[in-house]
Amino acid sequence: MAVTAERREGGAVRRTSALLFRHPRGKLTLSLGGPLAWFLVIYIGSLAVLFVTAFWYLDVFTSEIVHEFTLKNFQTLWENDVYRAITLRTVGIAAAVTVTDVILSFPLAYYAARLATPRMRNALLIAVVLPLWANYLVRVFAWKIILTPNGFLNWLVELTGAASLQLGRSNWSVWIAFVYLWLPFTLLPIYGALERIPNSYLEASGDMGARGWTTFRNVVFPLILPGIVAGSIFSFSLTLGDYITPELVGNTQFIGNVIFDNVGVAGNIPFAAAYAMVPVAIMAIYLLLAKRAGAFEAL
Amino acid sequence: MESRLARILIKGGTAFTLVFLYVPLGIVLLYAFSESVGQAWPIQGYTTKWFGIAWRSSDVRLALSHSLTVASIATLTALVLGSAAAFSVHRFRFFGRNSVSFLLVLPIALPGIVTAIALNSTINVLGIPFGILTIVIGHATFCIVVVYNNVLARLRRTPTSLVEASMDLGADGWQTFRYVTFPAIRTAIVAGALLAFALSFDEIVVTNFTAGSTLTIPKFIYNNLRLPRNRPVVNVVAIAVLILMLIPVYIAQRLAGGGETAGARTQAEP
Repeated sequence: MAVTAERREGGAVRRTSALLFRHPRGKLTLSLGGPLAWFLVIYIGSLAVLFVTAFWYLDVFTSEIVHEFTLKNFQTLWENDVYRAITLRTVGIAAAVTVTDVILSFPLAYYAARLATPRMRNALLIAVVLPLWANYLVRVFAWKIILTPNGFLNWLVELTGAASLQLGRSNWSVWIAFVYLWLPFTLLPIYGALERIPNSYLEASGDMGARGWTTFRNVVFPLILPGIVAGSIFSFSLTLGDYITPELVGNTQFIGNVIFDNVGVAGNIPFAAAYAMVPVAIMAIYLLLAKRAGAFEAL
Repeated sequence: MESRLARILIKGGTAFTLVFLYVPLGIVLLYAFSESVGQAWPIQGYTTKWFGIAWRSSDVRLALSHSLTVASIATLTALVLGSAAAFSVHRFRFFGRNSVSFLLVLPIALPGIVTAIALNSTINVLGIPFGILTIVIGHATFCIVVVYNNVLARLRRTPTSLVEASMDLGADGWQTFRYVTFPAIRTAIVAGALLAFALSFDEIVVTNFTAGSTLTIPKFIYNNLRLPRNRPVVNVVAIAVLILMLIPVYIAQRLAGGGETAGARTQAEP
C-alpha cells in the first residue's frame, strides 16, 4: 500500500515537473511573478507616487496638499540660494567622501588581494565587513564622542604636541564620519578588481622595465577602474541620501535634512518629494556614466 | 614585483585603515562602562550599572520585541521572493530580463531617503496606519535584494553541467532541484537570510519614515541619542546589539564562502 501511495505521489510531482518543463513560461510566471509584483506594486508604485507628489503643492494657509499640477517646488529649488547651496554642499561632500574612501581602500585591498596568505586574506575581508553590522547610528555616535572638543581625538592631538584639534560639529566631522561609514562599500569592489588581475600582467610590465609607479598607472589603475567606479556608486549614493550623520555630527543642512524636516515638522510633502528628485537625477546620471565605465560587471 | 618602499606603504596603509575601522568601535565599547554620562576623554570611572538599567527598561524590551518580529517577517518574505527572483533571472532568458535585474538592485542604488519618502508618501496616500506592517513592507524590499544577490552569485558559480547531468540521468525537474540545485545553493540562501535579518534589525533611515511612533531598536537609539542622560543606556544597547549581530553575520560570512564577500552588496540601507 505504502509503495503505491508513494508511487502515486511521486507521479503527481513528476507530472507537475514535466508539465512545467514543457511550459517554461508557466514556470517563469510562477517564480518571477511574486517578486516582480512586489517590486512593481510596492517599490515602483511608491516611486511613481513620489514623482506625482512632487508636482503638487502645499497651501500655506490651510496646510493642505493641493492636488494640482505645478512646477513651483522645482522653481523654488532652482532659484532659492539656500537650497542651491545645500545641493552643492551635499554633492561636494559626497565627492570628497568618495575620493577619500577610494584612497583609504587601496592599500588594504591591494594587500589582501596580492600579498596576503589565503588565511590572512579571509581574516582581513571579514575584518572589513564586520563593522558594517555594528548599528549604523552607533558608528556615527562613536565619531561624535571622538570628535567632541574634550574627546578622544583632541586628547590624542594634544598628547603629541601643543596643538589642539576641536572639530566638534562641522563639515569636517561629517566628512570623517561618512568616510568611516562607507569605507567597506568602496573597498570590496576594489579588492575584487585587484584580485582578478593576472600576475603575469604585472610581471610583463616589470620585465619590460616599468617601475612600480609606471606599472600602477598604466596597468593596475586602468584594470581596477571599473571596481573603483562600482564602489563609488555606494559611497556617493549613500552620502546623497543620508540625513542622520549631518544631524548628529554636523552643523549645516544636507539634502536629506531638508527632506526629513519637510516630511516631519513642516508637513510639506510635495516640496520634500520634489527635493528627493534631485538625488535621483544625480544618481541616474552617475549610474549611466558608471555603466559606460563597465562598473556594473564589477559590482 | 612591488618595491620595498611600495610594500611598506601598502602595509602602513593597511594598518591605518584597520585602526580607523576598529578604534571607534572600541571607544563606544569603553563608554558603555563609563560611570559618568559625559563624553570627556579619558573616562574617569568604570561601572556595569548601565547594563542593569538597560535590561529593566520597558522601552528597550518593547523595541527589541518589535525589531525581532519585523526582522523575522521581512526575512521570511525576502527568502521566498528573493530566491525566486534569483532563479528566474539565472535560469530564463526573457524579454525585459535586464530591466528586471536592474529593478531589483534599484533599492540599493538609489539614496535611502528616496525610498523612505516614496514609501512614506504612498502609505499616506493609501491611508494605511503606520506600524509593524508598514515597517515590514519597507524592510522586505531591501531584504529581497540581499537574498537575491547572494543566491544569484552562487547560482552563477554553480556549473550548469550538474543540472544537465542530473536531467540526463533521468531525474525530473523536482528531483534535480531537490538533490542537485538546492544543496548547491543552500548555504547561500542561509547566508542571505542571516544578512537580511541583520540588515532589518539595523535599519533606521527608511524605518524613520515608515514606523510612525512604533519603536524598534534603532529607533530607540535614535530617539535617545539626543537625550544626554540616556546616552549610557544607548551605549549599552548598542554594544549588546553589536555582539548579537556578529553571530549571524560571522556565520553568514563563513557560509557564503571565503573570498565571496556577502556583506558587500547588502547594505542597501542608509
